[in-house]
Amino acid sequence: MLKKLIVAAAMLLTSVSTLVSAADEVNVYSYRQPFLVEPMFNKFTEQTGIKVNVVFAKKGMAERLAREGQYSPADILLTTDISRLIELQDKKLLQAVNSQVIDGAIPAHLRDDNNQWFSLTTRVRNIYSAKRMGDVALNYEDLALPKYKGRICTRSGKHPYNVALVASMVAHHGEAKTQEWLEGVKENLARKPQGNDRGQVQAIHQNLCDLAIGNSYYFGKMINDEKQKVWADAVNINFPNQANRGAHINVSGMAMAKYAPNQTAALALMEFLVSEQAQQMYAEVNMEYPVRAGVKRSALVDSWGEFTADDLSLATIAKHRKTALMLLDKVQFDL
Amino acid sequence: MIEKLVGARFSVNTLLTFLLISLLTLALLMPVLVMFYQGAFAPFSLFSHLWQTVLPQYLSNTVWLGFNVVMLSLLFGGLSALFLHFLPIAGANYLRWLLLLPLAMPAYLIAYLYTDLFDYAGLIQRFLRATFDWQSPNDYWFFDLRTLGGASVIIALVLFPYVYMITRTALENLDPKLLQASQSLGVSPWRGIKRVILPLVRPALAVSASLVLMETLADFATVQYFAVNTLTTAIYDTWLGYSDLATANALASILLLLVFFVVVLEQKSRSKLNAQSQNIALAQTLFKPHKLMLWFATAFCWLLVIAGFLLPLALLLVMAWQYSDSQQLSLLMTIGGNSIYVAGIAATVALLLAIVFTFYRKFSLTTFRQFPLGLSSLGYAIPGTVLAMALLSTFGPIDFWINDIAAAFDLERPGLVLSGTIFAVVFAFVVRFMAIANGTINTGIDQIPDNLIKAAKSLGSGHFSILRRVYLPLLKPSLLVAWLLVFVEAMKELPAVLLLRPFNFETLSTYIYQLISDEQLEQGALGAILIVIFGLIPIIWLNRKQEV
Repeated sequence: MLKKLIVAAAMLLTSVSTLVSAADEVNVYSYRQPFLVEPMFNKFTEQTGIKVNVVFAKKGMAERLAREGQYSPADILLTTDISRLIELQDKKLLQAVNSQVIDGAIPAHLRDDNNQWFSLTTRVRNIYSAKRMGDVALNYEDLALPKYKGRICTRSGKHPYNVALVASMVAHHGEAKTQEWLEGVKENLARKPQGNDRGQVQAIHQNLCDLAIGNSYYFGKMINDEKQKVWADAVNINFPNQANRGAHINVSGMAMAKYAPNQTAALALMEFLVSEQAQQMYAEVNMEYPVRAGVKRSALVDSWGEFTADDLSLATIAKHRKTALMLLDKVQFDL
Repeated sequence: MIEKLVGARFSVNTLLTFLLISLLTLALLMPVLVMFYQGAFAPFSLFSHLWQTVLPQYLSNTVWLGFNVVMLSLLFGGLSALFLHFLPIAGANYLRWLLLLPLAMPAYLIAYLYTDLFDYAGLIQRFLRATFDWQSPNDYWFFDLRTLGGASVIIALVLFPYVYMITRTALENLDPKLLQASQSLGVSPWRGIKRVILPLVRPALAVSASLVLMETLADFATVQYFAVNTLTTAIYDTWLGYSDLATANALASILLLLVFFVVVLEQKSRSKLNAQSQNIALAQTLFKPHKLMLWFATAFCWLLVIAGFLLPLALLLVMAWQYSDSQQLSLLMTIGGNSIYVAGIAATVALLLAIVFTFYRKFSLTTFRQFPLGLSSLGYAIPGTVLAMALLSTFGPIDFWINDIAAAFDLERPGLVLSGTIFAVVFAFVVRFMAIANGTINTGIDQIPDNLIKAAKSLGSGHFSILRRVYLPLLKPSLLVAWLLVFVEAMKELPAVLLLRPFNFETLSTYIYQLISDEQLEQGALGAILIVIFGLIPIIWLNRKQEV
């Protein structure tokens, strides 16, 4: 028995492997889920012969990159939220990418002034309303109105998507007013914040609440899901604040790691991700709004109509992030 | 006293052993030390903000969750072990190993399945509404699973097998004559259990309870799913929300000290009773239980198996039947291979280390002999992601150093050989689950009578000979159990492997997690079943071995 154990232990020593840094490869650290980006990577490999290696994690990618420092194998980072991009930038983990192809594809307000990060898609933080309520024109501010007491559902206030929304409220209304608003919303919650964005739509379907906060693309994805379609059928998707500043938007984005070992391949992948083909895939596969002008939205997303987006800069939203978090703690939003 | 029997002398050998053991302990303790160190530089401002807002509630949730889960696990696991041992339960032969199976169910998975089942839109409530013609949530009351209580029950349902398994082993090593003796003194069987048996299995109960406690407190995925905010919530919030790793480390340190405090307190209060007796099959004839009692005991054991394993498995099978295809299966086999590979290595390494630490505690003359065992167990209470960060901080500099040396000699850059490969994943598993191997083997060692060692010694056997010829054969069940427990835990582990894995490396747990986090477990049901099955194989295999 002991012998077997020793043999097995020796296996460990020889198992150290899978170090990748060949020239025709590019390494991606992704906050985005593999099944969203993998179809695109496959297309990219097909066209260029460059292999894409991915590791996906929601938590701690920035720290892993920071700890790995100059020896990090990472070339590209993909994120689902503006604050992650800015965090990476603040920690000086990124490098500027000067590419006319990229600059030409992404509108200036959706990329960093110093070319360190770039948006790939935008998504709206919508308010879903129960069909039984009929047509409603809502502002985010309305969620605190007493008439919605016990009728609102949301995921954790501290989820990056909600924090960004609260940060935009801070930017528009200041800290004190935002706190008041948060207290009002909390007062109106039908249940403790829980689950994810889809779960809130499900809750409307179940009559547990009438209004829910959620990202735009989930609506499309639920409609295309066998089981979740009935949930989506129970709600209308609303673009908030259309009579005034416009709906809050967030972005998914990309950046090149400061010590990227495969810069040429990395640049090729970044340029591919803003190409018409890839942008079309973002639109179709994940129902997001492509950043590249001229790329069509998916027919379904298009059917939700035009909307006005809040033109608050992404950097401003990121700046108010910490205040937003502290306010969420202060009103004990999740408790 | 044992050291006198063995008669080791202080020598160069002793010193070398001491150094080697210290080094191993230090290596395993490194992440904890790094965590403490980084936590020491936490800015006070954020901490005081948290203290004034959410932390008291989080703390109270944490304490209650830990307390509830430990109590429920002791109830589930302790009672089922006692019942099976003393009563002629129907299907006992199956129950003996069926009761282990909930261990193969990851807590985050069972949490998902049960909320799905008991939710407003779930099968149960739909059925009730259809039957009684209720229209809305206001028409009736139904318990809410997404509460502190719900989380406690669900977590206990998959953790109680620790208590069951360790208690069962302890019971089997007890001398039935003890109970007989107490009976002959006129003590009733149940009082006998309380007065004689319980004190004797208390060490086993304590070890398993501390495992359950640590596992519970380090959990994040499950409590998040149940929307119960605990200290781990605060750790993740400060780190990922406030981008303040130092405060996150400080909070994790507090959590660890909390666990440490409880465990030490328990050890101090435990009487010095040492269970030492011959291993004799117990006669169940000692008890003439009331029919009702027997019925209750049988139902109790079977219900645990159903709720902790059979029902969730059935739910998974239904999902897999509806949603899976053969293509998925071949992908899953590869991924499953990865899981088995890393979990197998981790279990083996942990087992070897645990043998070293437990024997050192038993044989060494030094006053420190307890420390390696205790210190190397601490990793269990660290949330996986925090542990992963600490490992990156530990191995990062070593990797840098390796690369710098390579550069100095004009060699090809080796890259991150420690922090960027499976090594880091395996190391994380070993640190995290060392406590299980340590606890199990140590309990086993304590139950081997000193007489045997005396006898071996009197026959002129040396240290290694005693170890190899007396201890290891007798310890075989404990060793197997230890390996199995670490293996199953490593198969289920999620946060550390998620963050530490190399490129293109997927395990079953990371695969399922991605689908769960998108409310699409249906697509991953087959993968979930595989986790359970791969966990089952060693359980069943071990069980057969033990029966022989």
